[in-house]
Amino acid sequence: MLELALKGTKKYWGLLVVLGGIAGVAFLTYLYQLQFGLGITGLSRDVSWGFYIAQFTFLVGVAAGGVMVVLPYYLHDYKAFGRITIMGEFLAVASLVMCLLFIMVDLGQPMRMLNVLFYPTPNSMLFYDMIVLNGYLFLNIVVGWNVLEAERNGTHYQPWLKPLIYLSIPWAISIHTVTAYLYCGLPGRGFWLTAILAPRFLASAFAAGPALLILLCLIVRRFTQFDPGREQIQSLAKIVTYAIIANVFFFLCEVFVAGYSQIPEHTDHLKYLFFGLHGKGVLVPWMWTSMGLMLGSIILLVVPATRRHEGVLAVSCAMVFIGAWIDKGLGLISGGFVPNPLHEVNEYMPTAPEVMITLGVWAVGFIVLTILYKIAVSVKEENAGVLRTRVVKG
Amino acid sequence: MERSRREFLKIAGASAAVGLGARPMIEAVAAATGHQATPQARVARHPDALKATRWAMVVDTRKIESAEQIEKMVEACHKEHNVPMLENERHRIKWIWETHFHNAFPSQATDHVSEHLEHIGLPVMCNHCENPPCVRACPTKATFKRASDGIVMMDFHRCIGCRFCMAACPYGSRSFNFRDPRPFIAEINKAYPTRMKGVVEKCNFCVERLAVGKLPACVEVSDGILTFGDLDDPESEVSQLLKENYAIRRKTNLGTGPSVYYIV
Repeated sequence: MLELALKGTKKYWGLLVVLGGIAGVAFLTYLYQLQFGLGITGLSRDVSWGFYIAQFTFLVGVAAGGVMVVLPYYLHDYKAFGRITIMGEFLAVASLVMCLLFIMVDLGQPMRMLNVLFYPTPNSMLFYDMIVLNGYLFLNIVVGWNVLEAERNGTHYQPWLKPLIYLSIPWAISIHTVTAYLYCGLPGRGFWLTAILAPRFLASAFAAGPALLILLCLIVRRFTQFDPGREQIQSLAKIVTYAIIANVFFFLCEVFVAGYSQIPEHTDHLKYLFFGLHGKGVLVPWMWTSMGLMLGSIILLVVPATRRHEGVLAVSCAMVFIGAWIDKGLGLISGGFVPNPLHEVNEYMPTAPEVMITLGVWAVGFIVLTILYKIAVSVKEENAGVLRTRVVKG
Repeated sequence: MERSRREFLKIAGASAAVGLGARPMIEAVAAATGHQATPQARVARHPDALKATRWAMVVDTRKIESAEQIEKMVEACHKEHNVPMLENERHRIKWIWETHFHNAFPSQATDHVSEHLEHIGLPVMCNHCENPPCVRACPTKATFKRASDGIVMMDFHRCIGCRFCMAACPYGSRSFNFRDPRPFIAEINKAYPTRMKGVVEKCNFCVERLAVGKLPACVEVSDGILTFGDLDDPESEVSQLLKENYAIRRKTNLGTGPSVYYIV
């Protein structure tokens, strides 16, 4: 099937060249980081995780979001999603590739990465994160590839895949749960120390992941012969609607607990993010933008007329995606580290090289996504072509 | 095709011969480096080594008069452990430093702290917790609690620089080498290793000094502000001090069990 990735239009190759160019510049920047150290980033001893880890966290969510097409199809026999499960699975693969790359670029000593395997430490949440992320990547490659191949050959997929498919569903939940556990089990970080962090992560994942999937479906329909289908897109839109509402609801629960209890360890981080603390508040406009985008998207998604209009839906999905990205990709990590354990406010902002490396990882992810989607769409087009000829002949 | 097959066999045969020939050699090297059941060499314990089952530090804040006193401790520690002096605030590394009572004890600070506490700074460092969250978080056991005496230590060579321990520490006691620290060490102390970029470090209660019978560097220059000793020994100076005086520890509500006490 891989040969399908080698025959493409000029636009396809153009896209790959552009993404490859970004990845190339980013790779050079990464070599600079490798040589100098993580000092080229905006990180400090107070904000010791930043943009890289935040992207990782957000993308784990996008990867987990793919299950929102797999689950209805395989567990509820919702046939319409059969057309697009492969898109959910391949989106998960691309997201996981980015997740793993983001962890790698964040390490101070990446050459020692295998120490995590040489000295397995089951009391560290990172140990489990390594297992669930790699496991989910493996499951999605195996399941996605084999089901697509069976579809191409006009046969039913092999029976041994079935248990793997069922396994992949709780596994998707596990990747984002464990990722939340990285944060919510740390005693001194009031912002993360909340049992609702994992559910909140999942809600934002099931909003941002399917929102991106809708945008991808619309792009695929526009540029290829394959139409993911209106019903499919509308069903996804309903999933996004419920999930983004749950996400905002969980967040408001947090605001209530912190605000009503008025325990400083919990309120200070929210104060910093939304109003600024000790005169410092670089993230304040971002956080309100995020809230505005998410609340605005809820209105557009709940009202049937605007949800059914695909143009407006695309805008709503972009709002959900960007809103959730700011929330997790900017606010969540910085917000947990500011103020620091000594109650000092030392802010964090990514530097230019840091942003470049981040863009590069996204570019690599989109290269993987483009190639995988090209293969999937070509198979779909082939099959549709076969059907058309059959109809003409018949 | 035939030729390449013959060549393959030749190479395979040669490698097998080398492999067999190399075996005694490999064994010899393994023996020399101690990879066998009983090690050939043992590190002898220094006759003067200080021993304890639970090391602890007591800070007598009543004896603190000026910032210079704490500055002296910081200087002694950072010199002893080759801690670099970096100009960039973000890259800075601290093992022990001075902070205000409000910062050391953010949840215990009131509007009416004693006048003395209000006006002085406190030395803060790694608390060598009984139940350290950093050790729990580390994915490679690069940071660990020494079973014999409770000191929380670092293996700089195993650390992968994931900085999970920094997120886990509720005292902000850990620093990361954001760049190569060596050019920024004024005078290298050969008795303690320097670090490389990309690893985490922190106060180690001067394990290297305890091993040769010396008290921690900061204690030695502290004008009696710092007392170091074994909490499990009721006769030790720290035990006596804590028996006679009221002392507080940082963020005890988190269940970490810090080993640094502050008499206020």
